[in-house]
Amino acid sequence: MKKVLMGNFAASHGVRLSRAQVISAYPITPQTHVVEELSAMVARGDLNAKFIKVESEHSALACCIAASVMGARAFTATSSHGLLLMHELLHWAAGGRLPIVMVAVNRAIAPGWNIWNEQTDTLSQRDTGWIQLYCASNQEILDTVIQAFKLAESVKIPVMVIYDAFILSHTYEPVDIPDQKVVDKFLPPINNPEALKVGEARAFGSVTNPDFHMEFRLKLHDTYERAMEKFSEIDAEYAKLTGRNYGIVEPYQCSDAELIMVTAGSLAGPTRMVVDGLRAKGIKAGRVKLKMFRPFPVEALKEALKPAKKILVLDRNLSPGTGGIFAQELRVALKEDKRPVWGFVAGLGGRDITPELIESMFFDALGAEVPVSNTIFKGVRL
Amino acid sequence: MLEIRFHGRGGQGAVVASKMLAVAFFKEGKGVQSFPTYGAERRGAPVAAFIRVDDKPVLYHHNIYNPTHVVVLDPSLMERVDVAQGLKEGGFVLINTKLTPTDFPDLKGFEVHVVDASGIAVKHGLGSPENPIVNTAVLGAFAKASGLVGLPAVLEAVREESPIKVKANLAAAEEAYKSVK
Repeated sequence: MKKVLMGNFAASHGVRLSRAQVISAYPITPQTHVVEELSAMVARGDLNAKFIKVESEHSALACCIAASVMGARAFTATSSHGLLLMHELLHWAAGGRLPIVMVAVNRAIAPGWNIWNEQTDTLSQRDTGWIQLYCASNQEILDTVIQAFKLAESVKIPVMVIYDAFILSHTYEPVDIPDQKVVDKFLPPINNPEALKVGEARAFGSVTNPDFHMEFRLKLHDTYERAMEKFSEIDAEYAKLTGRNYGIVEPYQCSDAELIMVTAGSLAGPTRMVVDGLRAKGIKAGRVKLKMFRPFPVEALKEALKPAKKILVLDRNLSPGTGGIFAQELRVALKEDKRPVWGFVAGLGGRDITPELIESMFFDALGAEVPVSNTIFKGVRL
Repeated sequence: MLEIRFHGRGGQGAVVASKMLAVAFFKEGKGVQSFPTYGAERRGAPVAAFIRVDDKPVLYHHNIYNPTHVVVLDPSLMERVDVAQGLKEGGFVLINTKLTPTDFPDLKGFEVHVVDASGIAVKHGLGSPENPIVNTAVLGAFAKASGLVGLPAVLEAVREESPIKVKANLAAAEEAYKSVK
């Protein structure tokens, strides 16, 4: 059934169709409509889940961890400062190999107080061990939530489903809501044989001395590689049932492109339109949309970027003193590469990124052999 | 691509109106997108909401600076807000007012349409005279004034998207369709 849905409601429907069993959330800003709608779904009986309202985001994730340890399919949603407050428990969830799914709506971090879009909140959690999946449309949000549960449960790593505040979260777009039967076929009930059971004497999260700790971390590290392959399998299976898939990266017009821009999230749409415009002017431009970040899909990116003579990265985030985080990761991945990489930072704190601004980045790269600096701020007044 | 801007006051239904109109266009097979501006969403403060409509899915995600057309839910806004700002040549302004199009000399050069959406809303029991709920009436008027979307699609959107008083909202949309100038 196709409906015009807000991005946040697309996420809620994804959680409903995934039959989440425990949802825990802190309902105050920077929270979004995701859990408001889920609490209504639970109250109406559309979703048979336990909705646990807590007093902080830290507690919300603690609740999900406890539910997941007991074998339940657990979900939470948050944003910016809420995500940062969860930081300690993000490590806990990943280290505990708990298949929790979270929606993280990208909002800027204070000061000054700014509720608008920026991806620094989720990217600053890149070392916690969570898989990160970035979405470019409301349809992709709904589909990715469903895929995320399957991925999390098959590799036992928690997954963050991420999208841009307001640009998607509060924007209405047509979304195809799959039938429950279709989703049930794709995503069977959770089955975690390692879950704790009442009446059975087992422990979780006890002391691991130096004899064991490193092996746990090595196993988590190694499973990341498998997570990339597993996502591709899951994505292909999803396509068979719904006709939609996304890929860990999505190249657009890259096969003969001389300039390729890499970006993530809702910028995938506008950059694609800009590429069309540049192609119409005879400029061989392409664009790579990054869906999966952590694990960072180095090989898929290298493959997509093969034809490029110049590489551009558009980051809506900032590691102060270093630059855009995707650009930084890409430069490390391409370390043997001699091709120049333009690292653009734009759109921080909800500043508008117009097609003209994106186009100007391509023209910057067209007009020079190498970038003027490692990080180039665009659409800024200083 | 069609880009439409709605002006209203917080709590007046500009966001709902923009979403309903997006649904109406979607019913006619168009690619649509609807979004509000955020920051000052206090009750009574001037707010704006937007839709994009195209023959294919809408992939753009930037602000709308040059709308094709403008809809004004509350004419008292026009004392403080230039509702024609950035409006494209050939665009129209649809205003909820008891006045006539010639009463808006500031909008010279643009086509002006008027509808007494507040009066129609109150007549059908939608809100109070102090705080009428005008969005469905305005959409009926938009269908007629613009000729861009059919009344049946608007009515279908109103039927689906009205949380309460569906019949009254449908009647208001139809009456506004007939009475817009």
